[in-house]
Amino acid sequence: MKIVIINYGAGNIQSIRFAIERLGYEAVLSNDVEEIKSADKVIFPGVGEASSAMKMLKATGLDTVIPILTQPVLGICLGMQLMCKYSEEGDTTGLGIFDVDVKRFENIVKVPQIGWNQIKGLGSKIFNDVKEGAYMYLVHSYYAPLTKETIATTEYGVQYSTALQKANFYGVQFHPEKSSTDGAKILENFLNL
Amino acid sequence: MLAKRIVPCLDIKNGRTVKGVNFVDLRDAGDPVELAKKYAETGADELVFLDISATEERRRTLVNLVRGVAAQVNIPFTVGGGISSVEDVDILLQNGADKVSINSSAVKRPKLVNELSQKFGSQCVVVAIDAKKIDGEWIVHLVGGKVPTELNLFDWAKEVEERGAGEILFTSMNNDGTKDGFANEALARLSEELNIPIIASGGAGNMQHFVDTFKDGKADAALAASVFHFQEIEIPDLKQELKRQGIPVRI
Repeated sequence: MKIVIINYGAGNIQSIRFAIERLGYEAVLSNDVEEIKSADKVIFPGVGEASSAMKMLKATGLDTVIPILTQPVLGICLGMQLMCKYSEEGDTTGLGIFDVDVKRFENIVKVPQIGWNQIKGLGSKIFNDVKEGAYMYLVHSYYAPLTKETIATTEYGVQYSTALQKANFYGVQFHPEKSSTDGAKILENFLNL
Repeated sequence: MLAKRIVPCLDIKNGRTVKGVNFVDLRDAGDPVELAKKYAETGADELVFLDISATEERRRTLVNLVRGVAAQVNIPFTVGGGISSVEDVDILLQNGADKVSINSSAVKRPKLVNELSQKFGSQCVVVAIDAKKIDGEWIVHLVGGKVPTELNLFDWAKEVEERGAGEILFTSMNNDGTKDGFANEALARLSEELNIPIIASGGAGNMQHFVDTFKDGKADAALAASVFHFQEIEIPDLKQELKRQGIPVRI
């Protein structure tokens, strides 16, 4: 199985690579369009600020490639947010895969949300063998509201989409690579799709 | 519900874990990567590695340690000690660290907080503050608590929040090493005045101290070292006790 982690200069991709290695697979880091297109599974990571990450995607032409991929694609954290239509962060137009606009948490809660929170309403094969209410590690100031594409929800002042799916595209707000054994299970489920 | 976090801190000197009692008397508590793995398996929510020799010895990076931990440990971790530039942080994050913690370098050059949060995002910038209560006022100290500054804890914490810090790691020098509990009054005030997570540090001696710092100190996370390293408190027991007392924890 060929696993490509899209390497466009945004974030802690080493941890994702290590997590995949702990599952017994190898992953390639790449920003090469042909290499990404030829992968069996594509992971689209991202940590940092939305508008600058989007600029980096555009600079490599990946903004037009990712939305037309046909193999399973997993966006993680900012990767998931960039797969949405729009983000309030940096007034950023996203890739438009998920039909939802990303918003900032209101200041009724501490922002960023940092730590372990529960995922509920699990409705996808990537959550096989993961218990309702499992804890995942999250670090974020912006969130995707609930939508018809929601496959898991989390509560932090508001109920929001902690995972999204549309056809072959999956997005998770949490960091499966940092979420202990349950996170590893989700990553493994994705790789086994 | 967002869980309260239990954070073992591994003080590192010459590649080994140490814990200073009042930051002076050092005792060896094992190999950092093995210890980190053990903590991840027993339910620690996060880890902090602090190179305590770094500030004085200008040792820049812990790159090998960071890679070793990132390869073997499946929970987030923060690295601190001797970090003073965007380049320092870049190499640590690239090698698998989730967050960095800065302390003296932020006091010396506050703009570093802005630079790091703009480049890498607030979520990975932890500002560590060591403070001591002197004549009723909390004064920020540097170099592992040895050198007093002119800064007031609450003013400084507010300033770094405005500059983009994602979390505050507050160590009370009055409490550190005493095992008499955390500085809950100051912690609660930090939590009320700021809108970013606060990590309590210094003073953990028993399980009730953790309960108290989450309830009275309104802390989002609690950090400790020796009580964990010397197995005076086992994390699974601690989590059960916190749960029993109504505190949301990941079990």
